[in-house]
Amino acid sequence: MNIPYSRHTLDNGLDVLVHEDHGCPIVAVNLWYHVGSKNETPGRTGFAHLFEHLMFEGSQHYNKGYFQPLQEAGALLNGSTNADRTNYWEVVPTNALELALWMESDRMGYLLPALTDAKFENQREVVLNERRQNYENRPYGFAGMAMMAALYPPDHPYSWMTIGAAEDIRAARLDDVRAFFQTYYRPANASLALAGDVDTETAIELATRYFAELESGDTPPAVHATAPARYTAERRLVLEDRVELPRLYIVWHSPAIFAEDDAELDLVAEVLASGKTSRLYRSLVYDDRMATEIAASQNSRELSGYFQVVATAAPGRTLTQLARAIDDAVAHFIDEGPNPPEIERCQAQAEANFVYRLQTVGGFGGKSDQLNAYNVFIGDPGFFERDLDRYRRVTATSMQRTARDWLAPDRRVLLSLVPRGRPDLALAGSEPVAVS
Amino acid sequence: MSVDRARLPALGADPLLRFPEIRRHTLDNGLRVWTIEHAAVPLVSFLAMLSTGAAVDPPDRPGLAAITSDMLDEGCGDLDAMELHDALGRIGGHLDSEIGSDAIILTLSSLARYADRASALLADMVLRPRLDATDFHRVRQLRLNRLIQLRDLAPALADRAFARLLYGEHPYGHMPLGTEPSLQAVTLDEVARFHRMMFTPSRLVVIAAGDATHEALAAAVERAFGTWRPLAEAHHIDPTAWPLPPDPPDRLALLHRPGAAQSELRIGHVGAPRQTPDYHALVVLNIVLGGQFVSRINMNLREDKGYTYGARTSFDFRRAAGPFVLNASVQSEVTVDAVLEALDELQAIRGPRPVTAAELGAGRAALTRGYPRNFETAEQISRGAAQLALFDLPDDYFSTFVPKVLAVDEAAVTRVAEQYIDPSRLLTVIVGDREKVAPALPRLNLGAASELAPV
Repeated sequence: MNIPYSRHTLDNGLDVLVHEDHGCPIVAVNLWYHVGSKNETPGRTGFAHLFEHLMFEGSQHYNKGYFQPLQEAGALLNGSTNADRTNYWEVVPTNALELALWMESDRMGYLLPALTDAKFENQREVVLNERRQNYENRPYGFAGMAMMAALYPPDHPYSWMTIGAAEDIRAARLDDVRAFFQTYYRPANASLALAGDVDTETAIELATRYFAELESGDTPPAVHATAPARYTAERRLVLEDRVELPRLYIVWHSPAIFAEDDAELDLVAEVLASGKTSRLYRSLVYDDRMATEIAASQNSRELSGYFQVVATAAPGRTLTQLARAIDDAVAHFIDEGPNPPEIERCQAQAEANFVYRLQTVGGFGGKSDQLNAYNVFIGDPGFFERDLDRYRRVTATSMQRTARDWLAPDRRVLLSLVPRGRPDLALAGSEPVAVS
Repeated sequence: MSVDRARLPALGADPLLRFPEIRRHTLDNGLRVWTIEHAAVPLVSFLAMLSTGAAVDPPDRPGLAAITSDMLDEGCGDLDAMELHDALGRIGGHLDSEIGSDAIILTLSSLARYADRASALLADMVLRPRLDATDFHRVRQLRLNRLIQLRDLAPALADRAFARLLYGEHPYGHMPLGTEPSLQAVTLDEVARFHRMMFTPSRLVVIAAGDATHEALAAAVERAFGTWRPLAEAHHIDPTAWPLPPDPPDRLALLHRPGAAQSELRIGHVGAPRQTPDYHALVVLNIVLGGQFVSRINMNLREDKGYTYGARTSFDFRRAAGPFVLNASVQSEVTVDAVLEALDELQAIRGPRPVTAAELGAGRAALTRGYPRNFETAEQISRGAAQLALFDLPDDYFSTFVPKVLAVDEAAVTRVAEQYIDPSRLLTVIVGDREKVAPALPRLNLGAASELAPV
């Protein structure tokens, strides 16, 4: 699958990527800043995401909110923050491309003059409500926080979630915002992808017109994170929450994004728990009915990854039974590897998933977002075909080997998430953890 | 050329959008087949829509339509459940099934080179589900377990309480998933009868779209569905003939969730059916009131007050009048203040603060200029086309949308606001912590709150 593109780097260091797709009269504008919650420090967590909110509150030359002119021009727009990057995007009709570039460049260059205490305090409340809605008030909402804290040492930037700790969000100050902007929101720390119904020359000319005047600034400091020591022993935790059915999370350290073994583990997850024919669905949900749902995933990030299996116990069944069944399935996979139909299925699915992801020019996912992901993480926006090749090259032997190397039973975290007042439903020997 | 930052760049003329051609056929057995060519990526999608959904559940069997549709991919034709999903996996298939009040929709996408196989598998699922007893008991148990888990999910509790209080015994008064007693009682015979009665060619439309010609897409559907001979005559179902429910006796209801960090709000009443002649005016009203980020409701509750991560309104257009609802999750301590602000906005747009020329222009422009985005992928286009089929919309519906929206003026918006939003009839449902919420409730002047039992 070939996604032709042009790359043009402005003098200030901003990468501009252009991909033409004339199927629909829209253009996707997608801007990545190479900063996320992994650039935060303990006691200041949640800041990169809070900052993202402020990017929608107006900038020096259009200080009436970011959404109004763009929605009026027919744009769909949003942004998101994760551990590694912050992205902002607009999907606009072709005649609003220039408007979107005006707006994006104004907030990249001139955010601070428009920043006020009132905006800051308002968005801090909004973010606290986002945290309540998506984590505190949601069943199993604290599991991710407990798991990340267990998987990484407290000074490792993956040990906290991007949403951050509520007390850290409350402690954030306007001065922190200024420093953060000046450090990270720099053209040389960003990548701009334009995909859609526009010709390359025009796209580069417009991007140059709006972004070239911005100063490049200093190089952001590197992230200091020592590779987390892999567990040498199993760790068992229990967390009580407002849920009806207990759920088991099993987590291992795993390779970083695009690193060796990353694609193999993606497919191991697929064979173990994706769809009804997967091994764990079949044994735990379909045949034995001890679980109501099962999932597995290789979550690869820039510094390192984690592989997780999640299963919810059916009423009357125990997490101990789930753990044993999952252990058996993983051990069996490590012993014998995948069979030929499994290989055929998971490779067909990998190819199809790849194509499904590239149906749109933009939004969350889509071609513009993928161009930026390749550019920011490996410096090659044209990585599409080689990315797919990573999956085509996977063999039964390589899947078996990576599962053996990474999914060892004695090097993992087991989190039992149980109904309040029922710590007895956790796996034996689990130590209580508290998250809020 | 230096940048003029004194003003925003002008937009220039809106781009022309060429609407995809939909070719319509009807097979001898009465099945409608629509095809759409879309060659952007090597994928095809087949969408099968049955134009009945959870609303036709028998009164004592809420959940019957949904569990029936859930059984379709549990083995069909010559394949048991595992063999079917193995076959789907080998063609890179993505199967998605949705059940709403008015429709059941199955969408199967696959790599384009497997179009024939995908169409055949979809036909097997829709026409020849095995409905095996072992699978049925497992599927039923999973749905019962899902109901148990929803007890802790505030949005699900609020949606269900709101629908029940608003619609009562009306076919829209229950959620598609159904209830515990109903799922405990439902039998495989009932599922088989439901499938036999409801899945008839005249109720089904198959929309094939993607990287293939009209002819190839139509042939793939005809080969798979053409030999279908229905076992039952379709009896006519007309949701517009269902009498609308009376207003609920209480206007305020509280479902207690001890320790909840937020209150989940639903405020609304019965709205309008999709076929209303006021459809376009209501769409414009809603986008100004609560249909996008810069709408009045969101700008007030989120951007001004910081009470919530987001608040919105919607007219849920169905074949019969669906609900109009305002929906937000707000910090517990400010629950009553948030409800007061919301009620004030719903009142204001009817007259005290009618839509302004600027709001109208911006709202209309967001709808019309954003319209091309709905035609990017084959699946988006299929879903749009399915709406035409479900609601009997005219063939030129897509091309008349923009001019009809642009024709909506301020007077029309104010008129439909007065006609379709009635503050004296609004029902407010709060799912939250009674200790934090109840003391301030009298400030709402909505009478005593009826306390809802946890489900």
